[in-house]
Formats: sequence, C-alpha cells, structure tokens
Amino acid sequence: MALLETKNLGISFGGLRAVNAFDISVEKGQLYGLIGPNGAGKTTIFNLLTGVYRPDEGAILLDGVNLTGKKTIEICRAGIARTFQNIRLFGDLPVLDNVKAGLHNHYPYSTFEGIFRLPRYFKTERAMNERAMELLQVFGLEEYAGYKAKNLPYGQQRKLEIARAMATAPKLLLLDEPAAGMNPNETKELMDTIRFVRDHFDMTILLIEHDMKLVSGICEKLTVLNFGEVLAQGDTQEVLNNPEVITAYLGE
Amino acid sequence: MSFAAHLINGISLGSVYALIALGYTMVYGIAKMLNFAHGDVIMVGGYAVFVGVSSLGMNPLAAIVVSMAVCTVLGVTIERVAYRPLRGASPLAVLITAIGVSYLLQNIALLVFGSDTKAFTNVVTLPNLELFDGQLVIKSVTIVTVIVSIIIMVGLTLFVKKTKIGRAMTAVSEDKGAAQLMGINVNGTIAVTFAIGSALAAVAGVLLCSAYPSLTPYTGSMPGIKAFVAAVFGGIGSIPGAFIGGILLGVIENLSKAYISSQLSDAIVFSILIIVLLVKPTGLLGRQIQEKV
Repeated sequence: MALLETKNLGISFGGLRAVNAFDISVEKGQLYGLIGPNGAGKTTIFNLLTGVYRPDEGAILLDGVNLTGKKTIEICRAGIARTFQNIRLFGDLPVLDNVKAGLHNHYPYSTFEGIFRLPRYFKTERAMNERAMELLQVFGLEEYAGYKAKNLPYGQQRKLEIARAMATAPKLLLLDEPAAGMNPNETKELMDTIRFVRDHFDMTILLIEHDMKLVSGICEKLTVLNFGEVLAQGDTQEVLNNPEVITAYLGE
Repeated sequence: MSFAAHLINGISLGSVYALIALGYTMVYGIAKMLNFAHGDVIMVGGYAVFVGVSSLGMNPLAAIVVSMAVCTVLGVTIERVAYRPLRGASPLAVLITAIGVSYLLQNIALLVFGSDTKAFTNVVTLPNLELFDGQLVIKSVTIVTVIVSIIIMVGLTLFVKKTKIGRAMTAVSEDKGAAQLMGINVNGTIAVTFAIGSALAAVAGVLLCSAYPSLTPYTGSMPGIKAFVAAVFGGIGSIPGAFIGGILLGVIENLSKAYISSQLSDAIVFSILIIVLLVKPTGLLGRQIQEKV
C-alpha cells in the first residue's frame, strides 16, 4: 500500500480552479518530485496536504488513515512535516531551539511543571537537548547550535529547516523548492543531504523543485502539474522526455 | 535624602508598571494585539483580594493566590470569548473589542461593588526600613514590590527562554503558520500567554493597591495606560524592554511630581510616549524593522 495517496483532490479560490482531480500515490521510501510551471498549483497541493487549506473535494490518505479536513497540528502529529519555499525558521531563536520546537509534541511536560521547574522539567529538557543535538549532528550543524537561526548562512538555514521538520518525527517529508536561491555547489550538497535523509531515516520524500538537475538527479518518480491538473506522471526519465511536458515548460 | 526617597518610590511604582507592561508586551508579542482590557484585570485582581481579606477574612497570602487564579481564568475567558473569534480580523476590530471589554469589566465592577472607594488593607505587614537614623524611611511595601517584580521578571525570562512552552510562545510570535506546521498548538499557546499575563496583573493589582490603598472600578485604567506607555517606551514585544520602560516611567513620574509639578506629572509621562514614538518608534529595546533594498 502506498504511504501517501490522494484521490480526486480539488480546491477553488473564487472562480479559479487551483487544483483539479489531483491523484498521487507515493510509495514508502520513495523520492518523489512534483514539478510544473509557476502557478501550476504545486505549493497549493502542499498546503492541502498539511491542512493549511481544506480541499473542496477528494481525499488524502497517509498510511491508510484519512487526513482529509484535519487541522494542521493533527496532520503534523499524523506524520507529515514540511519545509517552505521561503525559509520560515524562527529567526530569533537559537538553532538548537528551532529543532526543539519541532520536538514540541514528543516530549510532554505541563506548563505548571515548566514554571515551577519540577524534576520532570529538567529530565524532559535534557532529553530534548540530546535528541536535538543528535539531529544537528546528523545535518552537520552542531557547531551552530547556539547561533540565532537568522545568522546562519543560507544553505545551512535550508538544512536547519529540514532538521526541524525531521524533529517532528514524520512519516512523510515535504520539501518546497529546497534548492531555491542556491548556487550549483550548494545544490549539489543539498542533493546529497536529501538522499542522506532518505537513506538514514528511511524517509519518504515528496519535493517541489524547478531545478531540473536536482529533479532528474534524485527523484525516482515525477508528477507534472500544469494549470492545476496532472499533465504527466511516472518514472523520471520517461516523464522528462514526454513531449507534452517539454511543451508546457518551453512552449511550442 | 528626599531625592533618594523619591527615587526609591519611583522604582517601586515603576516595578508595578513593569509587571503590568509585561502582560501588554507578551500578549502583543504573541498575538500582535493590544489588550486594553489588561488594566482592568488589575482592578479585578484588587477586588478579589479585597473581598477575600475584608469580607471572607482570608489570610492575605491565600487571598493573593485566589486573586491570581481569578485573574488567570478571567484572562483566558476574555481571550476565548472576545479575541479568539477575531483571529485574522483587522487589528482595528480587535483593538475596539479590547476597549469594549475594558468598559465591560469596569461597569460590571461598578454594578457589583458600587462606585464608592474601598479602603484596601495593605497586605504587606512587615516593618518599615529606617536608614540614616530615621532620615530615610523606606516603606516595606516598596521593598516587597521591587523584590517581587525582580523575581517575576527573572522567572519569566527563564520560563520563556528555557521551557518548551516558552519556546512555543517565541515560535508562535515569529511565525504562527510555521509553528502550527511543526505541531505547536497556536491557540493553546496564546491562551497560556493570556493566563500568565493576567496572573501577573493580579500581583500588580495587589501591590498597587497596597501602596496606594484605595480601590474603585477605575483603579486599573490609568496604571494600565501608563504601563502601555512603558511597554512602548521599552520596545513593545520585548520582556526586558517592558521592565526597563516600567522602571524608567515610574521614576520619571515620581521625580516630576516631586520637583516639577504634581499636576503636570501625567502630561510629562505621556509626552515621553510621543517623543519616543518620534525618535525611536521601536522603543528602547524594540526589534529593528529591517527594510530590504
């Protein structure tokens, strides 16, 4: 059974049909790409998957569980995490605390215990610190742990966003244009990071990207979106050689 | 000697402003709204202690705890009933609602307790401190106020910086959407912020009424507005800013009462607000707003 499955997903904004009859099926452990020209509805699909928008119709299934119409935090708990097209870190929080914010739901103690610093507060915070440091080490960010997130170099901020998303212990990771604004070297490093995340965490990844080198380099399957509809779907090379896809990207 | 006395009284009054300003600044930082009903929560806190001590004969300390609980529930209820439905509405709508809540609380108090001034029993029963052979007398309530404020200030800073709920608060204040997508309950976090701000308002109410022992339904409004000035002065959204702004405002108010004119002291305080807004709109410790070029 597929890890992520959507059936006939659709949403309109006023008179605009932003996404129509969107079907996708992502297998566990797959690296799946979602591509398409600007305004095709890719980020809208991410917003549907994470509950930021509610679909007008259709269903979203994660591991067989129906997530349609669920709230964002419920979906986060169910196991979908994401990064953003424009980096949205908590800039004034230290790098370590950004990751700890992602751990929020997994290490419970009450506000009361926090205010009066009862033993469970110290125990839990220590466990959180350890887990967050582990994650930072995995991403090679441990030396920046005390920096404010906004002071990191751009490429590291992208990595930190992935680390923060991984802290929520997701089953499915959504990356929204992870290579946006990166130079070729940074993009190459990013490809290694994404592959590493998949292998190291046994993660399923769905990513939106414009950088064709990245897409053809790491994605196993692709869905091409155009004007809110699926234009092509299948193995990466097959899809990229599809004449309709080439037309949509380059024009007649 | 009298200068020292005025200064110390100013610091004490300023500490109360600081406690109130913390409530303003935390709520603004996280919910991006000005809770103008905050001053009236202080008044409710004052009445809660008054009823507890004078009518029910409670121990003052127990009455303070009860008062904090009452204000916490009140703050969370106000947020739930009046502000949460307006999440995402225009800031002006929320602002007007806050002013409405403020008048509502004042008039409920008027209805329940009447307009006559209640004599508040000082809950601080320690002896006064006499220095330099009695030339400088510092009231015990003054000392207690300053100490309590410092403890709360340090505790709050630790809470925000070192606990996961505090971290969630900072995260929500920076980016609600991203926080939600990381699994942080935004509404819950905002409710906790109101709870803490209101509990601090109760403490401020008790300290204020102990220092100036008269209680009316309008007791909270003037200190509330001055604390708002203090929060803007220090940089709204910043916790240390609220503290510094509060203390400075208290000192300036008391010194101008003593040396310039007791009638003009409020005018001076509000002139400061105008000057700060002109010279440094983000306040002393406010976050710089960067413009990309």
